[in-house]
Amino acid sequence: MDWITIISTTVKSAIGVETVLYALAAIGINIHFGYTGLLNFGQAAFMGVAGYGLAVTVTVLNLPFWIGIAVGLIAAVLLALLLGAPTLRLRADYLAIVTIAAAEIVRLVFRSVKFKEVFGGSDGQRGFSDGFYALNPFPEGEYGIGWFTFSHRLLWIMLVGWVLVAISCGIVYLLMRSPWGRVLKAIREDEDAVRSLGKNVFSYKMQSLILGGVIGSLGGFVYGLAYASVQPDVFGTETTFFAYTIVILGGAARVLGPVVGSMIFWVLLVLVNGVLSEAVQAGYIPFMTSIQVGPVRYILVGLGLILLLIFRPQGIFGDKREIAFDVR
Amino acid sequence: MRRAVIAFTAFLGGLIFLLAVPAQAAAPDQGLRGTLKLQGQPVNGVKIVVTTEGGQPVKEVTSNAQGAWEVPVDKPGKYKVTLDVKTLPPNAVIRGGNAVRTPTVFSGNVSTVLFALQPKGAAGQPTAEEGGETSPFLDQAAQLTFEGLNLGLIIALAALGLSLIYGTTGLTNFAHGELVTMGALLAYMFNVGFGLHLIPAAVIAVIAGGALGYLQDRLFWGQLRRRGTGTIAMMIISIGVALFLRYVFLILFGGQNESFAQYTAQPGIEIGPISAAPKNFVAMGIELAVLVIVGVALLRTRTGKAARAVADNPALAASSGINVDRVIRIIWTTGGAIAALAGIMLGLSQNLKYTMGQDILLLIFAGVTLGGLGTAFGALVGSLVVGLFIQVSTLWVPPELKSVGALAVLIIVLLFRPQGILGRRERIG
Repeated sequence: MDWITIISTTVKSAIGVETVLYALAAIGINIHFGYTGLLNFGQAAFMGVAGYGLAVTVTVLNLPFWIGIAVGLIAAVLLALLLGAPTLRLRADYLAIVTIAAAEIVRLVFRSVKFKEVFGGSDGQRGFSDGFYALNPFPEGEYGIGWFTFSHRLLWIMLVGWVLVAISCGIVYLLMRSPWGRVLKAIREDEDAVRSLGKNVFSYKMQSLILGGVIGSLGGFVYGLAYASVQPDVFGTETTFFAYTIVILGGAARVLGPVVGSMIFWVLLVLVNGVLSEAVQAGYIPFMTSIQVGPVRYILVGLGLILLLIFRPQGIFGDKREIAFDVR
Repeated sequence: MRRAVIAFTAFLGGLIFLLAVPAQAAAPDQGLRGTLKLQGQPVNGVKIVVTTEGGQPVKEVTSNAQGAWEVPVDKPGKYKVTLDVKTLPPNAVIRGGNAVRTPTVFSGNVSTVLFALQPKGAAGQPTAEEGGETSPFLDQAAQLTFEGLNLGLIIALAALGLSLIYGTTGLTNFAHGELVTMGALLAYMFNVGFGLHLIPAAVIAVIAGGALGYLQDRLFWGQLRRRGTGTIAMMIISIGVALFLRYVFLILFGGQNESFAQYTAQPGIEIGPISAAPKNFVAMGIELAVLVIVGVALLRTRTGKAARAVADNPALAASSGINVDRVIRIIWTTGGAIAALAGIMLGLSQNLKYTMGQDILLLIFAGVTLGGLGTAFGALVGSLVVGLFIQVSTLWVPPELKSVGALAVLIIVLLFRPQGILGRRERIG
């Protein structure tokens, strides 16, 4: 077994692109779910409209990169308004069903043959990241020591990604200490009490949905730019549920919970994946084939989600009193 | 009317997927290939013309006895692939009608080009030669209504269980789709794996589905309820269960489409403007019978009345002497069994796949929400409406987007009547 490869990919995954983009998605969910108590199961759609907003603006409309980013952000805000308007007055499980349905609608439209000219069907869009990499300050080459190296492209997107994560965490930290943030937490604890104090609960929820959606949409940009392509199926419901697992693992309603959660999540998944596929190749696990290694990560996430919710719903850093659901 | 029939089946089950054939000896660096199949049978002798994007001819080939064709190309780029419709068997048409594909070939890759074939006159395919007395539009509308009822009944089977479980335990079960898949895969295992005929295999699978529903409640959800786990926590747990089960199915079953050993390609019969395989009529009869039995049981039997009482108010039901845990366990057993039946029916009219339950889960939710969360008969009505809407909307909407319409309607209904058709206001909070 090639332990160097396993260890190097695992260590790299702690700060890698996937960790960054899922951290961003999870920070958004943390605002929705952790602080406000909104069950948004459509986070993948926010990432999707942002990634596709950028991709379509640059490739189909031939507009510059920055306009693409603006279009993506506007699309995320619009999606939040569209999702929130009918559902934020309803009970939590209705919001969950509607957001998951909306995310599926977005994905099905992206992959439809009907709109292939615009969204590229199930192949998605590619070739829109040149504007971003033109800004790359790192000269071409590999950076790092020994096996811990990243290409100049990867280093650039990771740098931008981590800066976005830091800014997002800063925003969450400051907002949640403000009166505005305290209203959000109060809505999570008792909506009616907040309403009786004369606050417009609907409006606060909507603001929370927009803010979390926009931060999640940054994850969509990071995906599109890092892989220089977007495909509809990347933004499926599994992506949302991965982000939920990350939030709960790190600890909901904690500023750094989603970031640490994302690092631990991906280190574990990459490690297990690496060890399993090497072990299968070396013939240590005779009853599995290498194709069967891929699904194992989803099984682990499912199992992890169940066990976390049952035995440690506050995650690693969370506080039991600050969880949006009854903990027992 | 020279319509080779098959209706609903043709929609998904009977249409042909061009699967990538393993590259044969001395494969070129890059090229185009595909496999032509009609209802699982290879189609040979079909002429395929490949030209460059500019129209320069590259090569003409015909599909071989396995239905496969392959064209090596010198350089990557966009190519135009035309299927000569005249060389198709007389009973086959290309789904969507478009005989030209423009795939992009990447360096060192062999791109697969898809031509989905389906029997002539199948659903979603406006037939050119309408000889009937009625107008083609009404014909098609009747056909789609029939298919919609078929789909609606399948959704209703699954939705009834989901709605009852929601009503009695408050659990929004995102793993209900996996119960549907489980039923279908169990039937497949007994049918294809152990060589039983489909009918006994289906009966065993339904019983097994009921047993698994019982065990799931006994060993898992019931324990959680006893600990006092909140409904939102349980909902997230059910997502974990769904992910877990779905990918266990993927490992055990694989990622491919399969169909049962019997009743896959039945010649159709025609009744008025509707044409369908006999199995669809039988399936609908069984679905309807099961729904009626469950409905009557809910209305007339002691357990059924107890179930409705628990759904209304568990605490009050318990204080009036109803054994709530027992009722919930019966509901889980029934829900598991009819979900398994829904899976088998779905597998019969479409294909078996490890994501089949996940794929209809949102439609089940749409049906349940439309009818009113937690109301048994609402789930029935809502599911039928969803099924009908999905199929009939393909008169105007491309078939690939038919679910989008149903989900959009779900959102619009919530906007104007959030309690659903038969729901009551106080349930929605």
